[in-house]
Amino acid sequence: MEMSADLLYSKDHEWVRVESDGVAVIGVTDFAAEQLGDVVYVDLPEIGAEISSGTEMGEIESTKSVSDLFSPIDGTVTEVNQAVVDAPELVNSSPFGEGWLLKAAFEALPEDLLSAEEYTALTRS
Amino acid sequence: MVDQDLRSTALEAVHESLGAMFTDFAGWRMPVRYDSDLAEHRAVRESAGLFDLSHMGEIHLRGPQSAEALDHALAGKLSAMGIGRAKYSLLLTEQGGVIDDVITYRLAEEHFLVVANASNAAVDAEELRARAAGFDVEVDDASDRTSLLAVQGPAAEQILVDLLASEDSGIAGITAEDLTSMKYYRVAEGTYRGGELLVARTGYTGEDGFELYVGDEVSVELWERLAAVGGDRLVPCGLACRDTLRLEAGMPLYGNELGRELLPSQAGLGRIVALASKGDFVGRAGIEAAEVEGLPVLVGLAAEGRRAARAGSAVRDASGSEVGAVTSGALAPTLGHPIAMAYVDPAASEVGTELVVDVRGKDLPVRVVEMPFYRRV
Repeated sequence: MEMSADLLYSKDHEWVRVESDGVAVIGVTDFAAEQLGDVVYVDLPEIGAEISSGTEMGEIESTKSVSDLFSPIDGTVTEVNQAVVDAPELVNSSPFGEGWLLKAAFEALPEDLLSAEEYTALTRS
Repeated sequence: MVDQDLRSTALEAVHESLGAMFTDFAGWRMPVRYDSDLAEHRAVRESAGLFDLSHMGEIHLRGPQSAEALDHALAGKLSAMGIGRAKYSLLLTEQGGVIDDVITYRLAEEHFLVVANASNAAVDAEELRARAAGFDVEVDDASDRTSLLAVQGPAAEQILVDLLASEDSGIAGITAEDLTSMKYYRVAEGTYRGGELLVARTGYTGEDGFELYVGDEVSVELWERLAAVGGDRLVPCGLACRDTLRLEAGMPLYGNELGRELLPSQAGLGRIVALASKGDFVGRAGIEAAEVEGLPVLVGLAAEGRRAARAGSAVRDASGSEVGAVTSGALAPTLGHPIAMAYVDPAASEVGTELVVDVRGKDLPVRVVEMPFYRRV
């Protein structure tokens, strides 16, 4: 896996990258993308929606299954990635890059987010 | 993460070396995809795919009364089959419900092979054995020693012809001419490395294709030969694309569209049940006594957009009344829009009827359409 050290991870397989101004980018990990199979539909919250850590914020569908997307942080959605809505396969081809899902403004990050090392251990358990 | 309780096919190491992602299917550890299930689906529609279906059950019936025993045990008139023919049939309960859907091949006057779904293989063998009691026939469940490889797609015939033409092909008793002249739902018998080989022109994908039955001891070698001869034309395929392929082709899946509580006529399979052409058989009395009027019937549904209904989603009519439930659904890879199968009230089953599916809390407008959704040209 191409785990990135400057990301934080949730146990629900989302990643969080903090941008400098109190805004975080959120996506799903390549581990999750691989488990899902080819992603064909992504349902994301609207701009302005409040999201909270560990609760459902959308859905991600592969040809075979539907999975809930859980928010890894508490915050307010400031941007959704229209490119991934239009081309959900970006979740598979570039989960940490072009396949990002949304950005959210936050005040504090939950303490239970995992480091790359901890997340990798989780996916191997 | 290997579940010790799962069974695996003789090809497991091959799948692992190809980087397969595995799933538990009916107690078997089977490849769900190797890389992209959409690419695998496309390969079968446009070129060819190679499947390991060794989890399926192979039950032989041999003896002077094989045909009579099957006429009694299954819903169809198997005794009317010519040698070298295949037939889709059903194993019914006394009440007429579906225990399994099976393909039966007639290999000789006194030899039939019944191919069962993996989830039902043991039950089918037991039922066939019980129902064959009193007939002069031997029931031999060969599931544990038989591998099944499927080569499916428009390039399948050429790949098998190339296999036969390859140096030291290992195949005897079947010629290229036999293959190219073989019609759909036919089977030919030969040998591979001296062991029994069956080549059938059957499948579960809606494409032309072949299914090859060999002993477990040679299946790895046959897979590797096929892969080598097929080259870029032949893509290893997992169960994920098998499901979307069969769904597009409008083929029922046991456990979704078929079950013990459902009568064949509800699934549109009334024609499989040979009420007129043969005598008594298991399920006849149940089917004749059943009140079928008003029972839910299987329909195809199509929608726009990308969001798919899934098994269990409720189906409602224009007035908001619940009229049924989805049994299978996906975004159809070849068609590019969502499709589904559902059991609905007969009043809501006419082609063209506008319905609504509750897709996890959001309404998805759908219309009843003819099946299959996809038909090869």
